[in-house]
Amino acid sequence: MSILMTLRIAFKALARNKMRTSLTMLGMIIGVGAVIAMVALGTGAQQVIEEQVKSAGTNLITVMPGSTNAAGVRTGFGSSNRMVPADALAVRDLPLVEYVAEVVNTRSQVIYGAANWNTNIEGTNVDLPMIRSWPVKYGTFFNEEDVRIAAKVCVLGSNVADNLFGEGIDPTGSTIRIRNQIFKVLGVMSSKGAGSGGMNQDDQVFTPYTTVMKKLSRQDNLNRILVSARSADAMDQTAALVTETMRIQHDIPPGGDDDFTVQTLEDMVALRTAAANTMTQLLAGIAGVSLIVGGIGIMNIMLVSVTERTREIGLRLAIGARGSDVLMQFLIEAVVISLVGGATGIALGYGIAEAARVYQQMPALVPVDAVVTAVLFSAGVGIFFGFYPARKAAGLDPIEALRFE
Amino acid sequence: MPVISVRDLTKVYKMGDYEVRALRGVSLDIEPGEFVAVTGPSGSGKSTFMHITGCLDRPTSGDYILDGRDVSRLSKDDLARVRNQKIGFVFQGFNLLSRTTALDNVELPLLYNGKNGLRTSERHKRALAVLDAVGLGERQHHMPNQLSGGQQQRVAIARALINEPSIILADEPTGNLDTRTSIEVMGIFQRLNIERKITVLLITHEADIAEYGTRLIRFRDGRVVADQPVKHRRDAEDELAALPPPEPDLIPHPDEEHKGADQAS
Repeated sequence: MSILMTLRIAFKALARNKMRTSLTMLGMIIGVGAVIAMVALGTGAQQVIEEQVKSAGTNLITVMPGSTNAAGVRTGFGSSNRMVPADALAVRDLPLVEYVAEVVNTRSQVIYGAANWNTNIEGTNVDLPMIRSWPVKYGTFFNEEDVRIAAKVCVLGSNVADNLFGEGIDPTGSTIRIRNQIFKVLGVMSSKGAGSGGMNQDDQVFTPYTTVMKKLSRQDNLNRILVSARSADAMDQTAALVTETMRIQHDIPPGGDDDFTVQTLEDMVALRTAAANTMTQLLAGIAGVSLIVGGIGIMNIMLVSVTERTREIGLRLAIGARGSDVLMQFLIEAVVISLVGGATGIALGYGIAEAARVYQQMPALVPVDAVVTAVLFSAGVGIFFGFYPARKAAGLDPIEALRFE
Repeated sequence: MPVISVRDLTKVYKMGDYEVRALRGVSLDIEPGEFVAVTGPSGSGKSTFMHITGCLDRPTSGDYILDGRDVSRLSKDDLARVRNQKIGFVFQGFNLLSRTTALDNVELPLLYNGKNGLRTSERHKRALAVLDAVGLGERQHHMPNQLSGGQQQRVAIARALINEPSIILADEPTGNLDTRTSIEVMGIFQRLNIERKITVLLITHEADIAEYGTRLIRFRDGRVVADQPVKHRRDAEDELAALPPPEPDLIPHPDEEHKGADQAS
């Protein structure tokens, strides 16, 4: 008997008991729907994190002092302070490098008149707005001359400007005090929102790094070097070049461990999404349990169905159905239940994700591979949980089955 | 050439430590066109005989030649094929699929006959032809629960006919029917037997039903104890004509019933 004929028989049998069929499907619908919705929300969250990291700047490579593995002892980032402006200078000469910004941080109180605010003072270089694709809202960024002479000038983050001067006021030309020194405000950055680490990027003050090193924190080492590659394709190559240059700068012998860390945007994305990924997997796993429960529901109903339809099976066998025909019929019934349930579940999952996006402003995205997996898994559940009842049906003795009351 | 030829047929069932010898050496021939009634008390082996001749079971020993082919040693799947092609079953309990139209019920054996080339329209045509043969062509779209017991049994007979089998095996076909309907159903068997020369093997424990056949075989304790022609054969058609018309309350007029069924659905 052809598979088409078996399909026809299975569909007819399912249509004879619509209520039971749809209730059995409900288990699959809820299971698949839950998995799809969870994966959609998780993927959406991951995408948001990716966007946040990417807002740090395109083609960004970050060089930090210290290594994750120094002489066998795993230390944290920035644990040894051996990065100096000369390192940045060497990196700047590399062919694939477009922009370089030295970074030093310190925290301080900033004061304007009666208002004061505690914030991060970010000492950096003129390339920063280009590296981070971050234009100024008011005024201008400081220039190379300011950096060279370590001028006491600053550009405020929009949040700092709002807190010191009030919202919507252009403070360009005013002076503020940082550690009892007078700084001229050159401008205000446009608003950028939360950064990759979750901190508010608008809550900081930018000054030339030379100013921070010489006049505020009095340090001679850098906290970070930001490097921007000429193209996204050359990221890995650029990162390798930067690493090579840093090793030469630091006189590290071949085979010696790096005393710095070069991190590309991709590394950062991977790092940040790892946690979200774990969460997604956990949620999808829990939802997956309901899929298994749905499968057991199918097996349960199929077993009841086989018992209830014993006489039907006996008749089919008597009029010439082979055991394999009966096996296929019941297997296909189970697979049809699970597949149709799975497809409906995918639609339900889409609906939940869409509703969460529209009404809860939650980021949600249904990945194609999750849909494909759901379909394959549904079919698998049908075959796995349908096989035992189907085999039981196929193994019936026609004489016994016909006598069954 | 006999359509059924069995030689020294035995069947032994093992029930725990016991052995039940259901058949203890049965030999007989049935010629094409015969209407054989098989009777005997319960436990006589007539059911076992029917299961083996119906290819639902295999004998422990002995030979069974059906239509010139030895089927006593066939595999399960081959037996299924023989059942589909050579044998039409009619059961006491009708065994129609519920919530399935008369037409679909009749078509069922065609789905298993291995000829995938049979188109839906061709299947419908053949199913309708056999439904017409049992006088139920107009009821093709009725569900079993919209049909009387006699009509259901006629659908079952149509289903048995659809693959043009060599024999029809009827196992207590009137067991669930009242007297009048029983006569009607036996009338159909007699008509098919005479008009289409179909061999009928009727299993019954009712002596009067057995008298509709041409030949009577009696089983007892797993053996054939009597095998003789029926002396005073009953003719269902004559009896039906002699009966008073059906009481309207019990068997509604076909047209009225038709309307009733339409309203119910």
